[in-house]
Amino acid sequence: MPWELPEELLIDTSMARRIIVRFIRSHMDQTGFDRAVLGLSGGIDSALVAYLAAEAIGPANLLCLLMPYRTSSPASRVDAEAVVAELGCAAKVIEITPLVDGYFDRALASSDKPSHLRLGNFAARARMAVLFDHSAAWNGLVLGTSNKTESLLGYTTIFGDNAAALQPIGDLFKSQVRQLSVAVGVPDAILRKAPTADLWAGQTDEQEVGLSYAEIDRILHWLVDRRRGRDGLRAMGFEPANIVRVERLIAGSEFKRQMAPVAKLSLRTPGVDYLYPRRRPGPSG
Amino acid sequence: MSKLRVGMAQIDARLGDLEANVRAHRQLLAQARGEGVDLLVFPELGLTGYMLQDLNAEVAMRADDPRLLDLAEAAGPDLSMVVGFVEESADHRLYVAAALLEEGRVAHVVRKAYLPSYGLFDERRFFGGGEVLRAVDSRLGLRMGISICEDFWHLGVPLLHAFDGAHVLVNISSSPGRDVAAAVEGGLGTAESWRPLLRTYAMLTGSYVVFVNRVGVEESVTFWGGSEVVDPGGQSAYRAPLHDEGLFVVEIDTDEVRRQRVATPLMRDERPELLLRQLERVIRSGGGLPDDTWPGG
Repeated sequence: MPWELPEELLIDTSMARRIIVRFIRSHMDQTGFDRAVLGLSGGIDSALVAYLAAEAIGPANLLCLLMPYRTSSPASRVDAEAVVAELGCAAKVIEITPLVDGYFDRALASSDKPSHLRLGNFAARARMAVLFDHSAAWNGLVLGTSNKTESLLGYTTIFGDNAAALQPIGDLFKSQVRQLSVAVGVPDAILRKAPTADLWAGQTDEQEVGLSYAEIDRILHWLVDRRRGRDGLRAMGFEPANIVRVERLIAGSEFKRQMAPVAKLSLRTPGVDYLYPRRRPGPSG
Repeated sequence: MSKLRVGMAQIDARLGDLEANVRAHRQLLAQARGEGVDLLVFPELGLTGYMLQDLNAEVAMRADDPRLLDLAEAAGPDLSMVVGFVEESADHRLYVAAALLEEGRVAHVVRKAYLPSYGLFDERRFFGGGEVLRAVDSRLGLRMGISICEDFWHLGVPLLHAFDGAHVLVNISSSPGRDVAAAVEGGLGTAESWRPLLRTYAMLTGSYVVFVNRVGVEESVTFWGGSEVVDPGGQSAYRAPLHDEGLFVVEIDTDEVRRQRVATPLMRDERPELLLRQLERVIRSGGGLPDDTWPGG
């Protein structure tokens, strides 16, 4: 493979697979859903979730939505279709170009073009809207495809790609997503290609962040999971500038990982001192 | 030979749904009776589910709650049963509790003494900590030290139970699995971290250890099961699979407690007075806390 799996990040893939499959199955059971829907981009994260979901609930109960924008790479679509063919799950292609361009045509003066940031965020939220519409149409839960690396770095669109009913791989670093993807049999073409948000030709995550996933994941692992601190990481030989860079991205994106604060006024406030599990029995009878 | 059939009810629980969980307990009880089980042990909060938060008060029961008494009744004269529930005391404190049900009554209630409130745990927000540590007598002719999950991460609990005459240490748990590192034997760090505790307590106290952990998923966490019975010599008598729901039964020979204690009389040689004297000295001299705990010296 064209990437490295750092030793300290290696997981027991059969245990991780078992836990995630049961996690999906159990939440479906608790919420009363038999079906699930996810956005399949042609990248490794959504491919992995599709494999795990198909194993958990059966491919017939899984709907994969392919939602290309006009600048999306045709190769991505081919790879996504390969996953659908391999799993035998339900699939649908919904172009989001009319949604996205339709909005920006009206929102901007004709000579203006949206920034990459606005375009990327809007595309992510358009896909979210399509997914949740299909949640109702397909009667299925929306499965998220975010991993721990992008969540911690904030490399995600709030209420866009991070919006879901469940996050099956949200506690796996990208390197661990790769390791588990190999174990469950995600197609080679998907394993080998460089991760990308696929907003413009040639874009890759690693170019944008300026660090390899192996390096980022090692820093995150020692910083977050192992609580080694900046000095500890320096002593381990990590480049000080890289540590600070990663720390800054984490600190700057805490808001994306939490619910919005509610202004406290009453005696009992949802999310503050009104705390319940997501699912609970109501009154019987 | 004194045979005892121990049933480990490695069940899932429906969060906040007492009625459904009572039904599930009854079903498993019927199965256990069919298999000749003498002691049937359910996991921590098996009657309520674990991640209760503000549901704690809604599912709380007094120790004489008819639902517990009905279960005790259903157990019949030949089966003793340990169940996990939320207990509401006379003065309306809520406890994570275990009840020993036998001979048609609630024979004993044990309250969890150590409530984890760190990492993914937040128990002290929702519950009070038990104030009593003691072993209890069972109609099985055994004295039992019943503890709840985190209690077993505090050395004093099994030690006190052993001093108090326990032959069997029963720990009921809702342990959330974490750390799936490849370097961990068996692939799950939490499971591996429990094994040496069970083995060590069994050996040092010359007692059987019965550990029953639940399975299933609540919110983000997956409970890992892996219930186990360890004999007084520290050998595993039975280890249930990880994550799979079921009733797992093992027959143990309670004479093994005597054999082990005669051969290796560690508890005979324990010196509680010595410990107590020294514990008092340590507490008098600052309880092992650092100097800055006592401003002004």
